[in-house]
Amino acid sequence: MNIQFRESSEAASPLTVKTAIADCDIHPARATRAELYPYLAKRWQHHLEVYGVHAYQGMMEGPPYPKAQPNASRRDAYPPEGGPQGSSLSFMQKQLLDPHNVQLGVLNPLNTGQGIRNHELSAALCSAINDWQIDKWTSKDKRLKASIVVGNEDGLSAAAEIRERAGDKNFVQVLLLSRNVEPLGQRRYWPIYQAAEEAGLPVGVHAFGFGGNPITPSGWPSYYIEEMVGHSQCQQSALASLVLEGVFERFPKLKMVMIEAGFGWAPSLAWRLDKVWQRLRSEVPHVKRPPSEYIREQVWWTTQPMEDPERREDLFDVIKWIGWDRLLFATDYPHWDYDEPSRVLPAGVSDDNREAFYLGNAKKLYGIA
Amino acid sequence: MASLIAGGVDCDVHPAVPHLTSLLPYLNDYWRDQVTTRGMVDLISQSYPQNSPITARPDWRPESGKPGESLADMQRHVLDPFQLSHAICNPLYGVQMVFSEDLQAAFCRALNDWLVKEWLDRDPRLRGSIVIPTQSVEKAVAEIERCAADRRFVQVLMLVMGDTPLGKRALWPIYEAAERLELPIGIHAGSAYHNPPTAVGWGSYHIEDYAGQAQAFQTQLTSLIVEGVFAKYPRLKMVMLESGVSWISPFLWRLHKFWRGVRMETPWVDRAPLDIVRSNIRFSLQPFDAPPDETTLIRLFDHMQSDELVVFSTDYPHWQFDGQEALPAGLTPDLVRKIMIDNPHATYPRLT
Repeated sequence: MNIQFRESSEAASPLTVKTAIADCDIHPARATRAELYPYLAKRWQHHLEVYGVHAYQGMMEGPPYPKAQPNASRRDAYPPEGGPQGSSLSFMQKQLLDPHNVQLGVLNPLNTGQGIRNHELSAALCSAINDWQIDKWTSKDKRLKASIVVGNEDGLSAAAEIRERAGDKNFVQVLLLSRNVEPLGQRRYWPIYQAAEEAGLPVGVHAFGFGGNPITPSGWPSYYIEEMVGHSQCQQSALASLVLEGVFERFPKLKMVMIEAGFGWAPSLAWRLDKVWQRLRSEVPHVKRPPSEYIREQVWWTTQPMEDPERREDLFDVIKWIGWDRLLFATDYPHWDYDEPSRVLPAGVSDDNREAFYLGNAKKLYGIA
Repeated sequence: MASLIAGGVDCDVHPAVPHLTSLLPYLNDYWRDQVTTRGMVDLISQSYPQNSPITARPDWRPESGKPGESLADMQRHVLDPFQLSHAICNPLYGVQMVFSEDLQAAFCRALNDWLVKEWLDRDPRLRGSIVIPTQSVEKAVAEIERCAADRRFVQVLMLVMGDTPLGKRALWPIYEAAERLELPIGIHAGSAYHNPPTAVGWGSYHIEDYAGQAQAFQTQLTSLIVEGVFAKYPRLKMVMLESGVSWISPFLWRLHKFWRGVRMETPWVDRAPLDIVRSNIRFSLQPFDAPPDETTLIRLFDHMQSDELVVFSTDYPHWQFDGQEALPAGLTPDLVRKIMIDNPHATYPRLT
């Protein structure tokens, strides 16, 4: 969190040459709205100017729950040349990639074309953001890899976007958000999973998004902290839906990454699903194996924001239950709840596990040599 | 399995209303007429379809009628064999799904009176929870005050999924009354289905709804804590019923972290969420949603850093365990005593 780490964030550590890491959740931003226009048809430029973007929530500008920081980002992450946090490659290199020796950085653009009620506009914006990722970021720094952002509510056009980008080495995954009009296991989203499986690309499910549903099953809460904490419940429900609709059974080579929703809840969710599946499996005959097996074999987890027990070693139990081979380190740069690479793991982790956690698992999953 | 001890308190048993017509004797003329004239049907919630395996253990399922509708069965299945001193009745009749506050208030009143007459009066071990019409906070408080005169009511019962998050200020008069009258608030699994049963929309399956109860409890704990319910009512206890327990610690680790990050947003939260839970929140034992090995159980209870959080429950007649195996393997005799006797008595001041 930037409250703690502001003082050291710009300078590379003077102490040691740092071990290489992968950062599996970096958020690149546009410096201006018009930055996307070169990739958008005139019709959509006009639409944005006149009508703007109508998401599945009421605000024309900004989020329904005011964030804790401007743009939910670190105050020390504004680029010197201006623009919002995360909008400058050179400053990202200076503040994140170089000092932390990031060998692989996975870009997950937010506030793009996802969660928008006009599905045609959604597809156009997603395609534009994918072109923009190549031009502004991945073609200029080989450490960075892009995510194929897709119009989430229209499975067929999303699948077409994936097929168009398949094989392009700038992209290492497909990006979805956890909150959609329906739970992510529903059929309308299956074309996305099919196309991703065919392309050999993992599907990352990042916390957040808008689907019109209250962020609790008991209606709308009052506070930003409830939305923040609630993203892990959304993620649990989305993952439960994926398992119980049989997505992993139907797409056995599909790999999914749970991004920025924590991972402490994973063992409990898997145990609970196993237990109720023993009782109620006759309702879901397409779920052929205990839910925990699909989760263990086909799901990965990014680490930030790491759960923070009073006794930090308690987290080792949870990681052991998940598997050290399934965690992918992430900072969430430039967001305010950033996890600092040097401080997330308590002492006592073996060299092999530490390497897997910080780099090895990500390179293997994303196919980076 | 750890050994059961005599004199325990079962904090979650479910006597069933046989049919909406069973409540007719407890309704006034107007409402009796409404029920019959309009052809109102039995209020069975999707949360517990009558024939679902989760709704009744095979050997607890009666040949006819609803599981849990017979006192003799409840005595034979749980009160006697578990040698209970008390069992707290939490009726799960679908009155929360009703939208009209008038109709809901009439049904709740009838349900509470039915519980007294058909159950509490017929077995001295039984205690009751007051079911309240949450469509009207004013009527809910009135029902609490009406029922609280009978000391056998030891708790107020709400569902984990209602119209609004439970911490919302509009509901606070309910908590004020509960604290004043020494009644913990029991929050039970289940939905009024006034909102989608998950935070990402409507799923397809009953199994999805049931698994999703745990996430509903998590969001409610967040709401109750950050809205400041326990800063305002520090003596109020809340009991999460049929919530599951293995998610508690990792959830609190996350809430605690964000509270430290954005506590400026809710400055009235004057204690750490972990401390609030330890002093004010309890969880019923069943369903125990962890693998059946002692090592995992020991780690899970160690993560809680407290032996006071869990209270005994069988969840009768729901199917959470077989035989007498209500206690998971690995609990020490000291912890069994805390869970079965000490913790329930510390939670429910009216249990005597």
